Amino acid sequence: MTPRFAPGDPVTVHDRHPPGHVRTPYYIRGKAGVIERVCGAFGNPESLAYGGSGRPLRPLYRVRFRQDAVWPRYDGPTADTVDIEIFEHWLDAGGHERPTTDREEAR
Amino acid sequence: MSEHPNHPGHRDHPGTAADAPPPGEYEILEIAIRELLVEKGILANDEVRAAIEAMDARSPAEGGRVVARAWNDPDYKARLLVDGGGAVAELGIDIGPTRLVVVENTPEVHNVIVCTLCSCYPRWLLGLPPDWYKSKPYRSRVVREPRAVLAEFGTEIAPEVTLRVHDSTADMRYLVLPLRPSGTDGLGEDDLAALVTRDCMIGVTTVKPPSTPEAAAAR
Repeated sequence: MTPRFAPGDPVTVHDRHPPGHVRTPYYIRGKAGVIERVCGAFGNPESLAYGGSGRPLRPLYRVRFRQDAVWPRYDGPTADTVDIEIFEHWLDAGGHERPTTDREEAR
Repeated sequence: MSEHPNHPGHRDHPGTAADAPPPGEYEILEIAIRELLVEKGILANDEVRAAIEAMDARSPAEGGRVVARAWNDPDYKARLLVDGGGAVAELGIDIGPTRLVVVENTPEVHNVIVCTLCSCYPRWLLGLPPDWYKSKPYRSRVVREPRAVLAEFGTEIAPEVTLRVHDSTADMRYLVLPLRPSGTDGLGEDDLAALVTRDCMIGVTTVKPPSTPEAAAAR
């Protein structure tokens, strides 16, 4: 499977909440970041977790996010980042680091 | 300090058996599946025991060898940063199908590893993870207030240094290549490897120069 994204591409993580086993942490859903590297194609954990084959394999990326765009009150330097592995079917093209959502502000 | 992982064969540590909580749902499931596999002749109990023994025998010394080689051999370091698995295989360390990503600390960047979803860890290079690595406080806090957490480990990251957290959420496993400390120019790989502790390779601390008490204690 040809990866849709390349290093440097801006992407946004889907803000959806399907039931069951997924490997996309809650805290990063809806956030925008940049592709850091393409990791290759791997079995889909949402199928593997339930005894499925994991196929078709899904491209996996490391996506880099600015910490101050992820956390509402991040108190470190703006250059700080968090890199997270995210499967392609959780990513949309484009997006920019945007203000935090109400859900996070309510914490 | 001994580890007390939650799998069979570890209930025999003195003082822990009586304190052990009743098995949880997943533990009961594991026992049931294991007993079925043994009963059907697919696995032997001795194979299960041998697998646990092999896993317990791994230690951070493997990671230390990798770091020491990278410090002394720039070409090796370059290969390690591009293809972690291939580079550690050169040292006879087999990490199986695991994809290893090595992240390099520099004077400008400090890296720290976490698995917020569970406790993914490069066991082939570092052995079993410490209990704190698997704890919810570490996993939830290091990703949102990493500088405060590192400070609690005694590691102050200067504001001009970029801090990168790596959340090991899927198929990659991570190793931090720490900064080589000062005063180690003439040291060979064995002496260098002895300075490199587990926590340096997770990224919650730095490698101390050989003259410090911390480094002496690490050896």
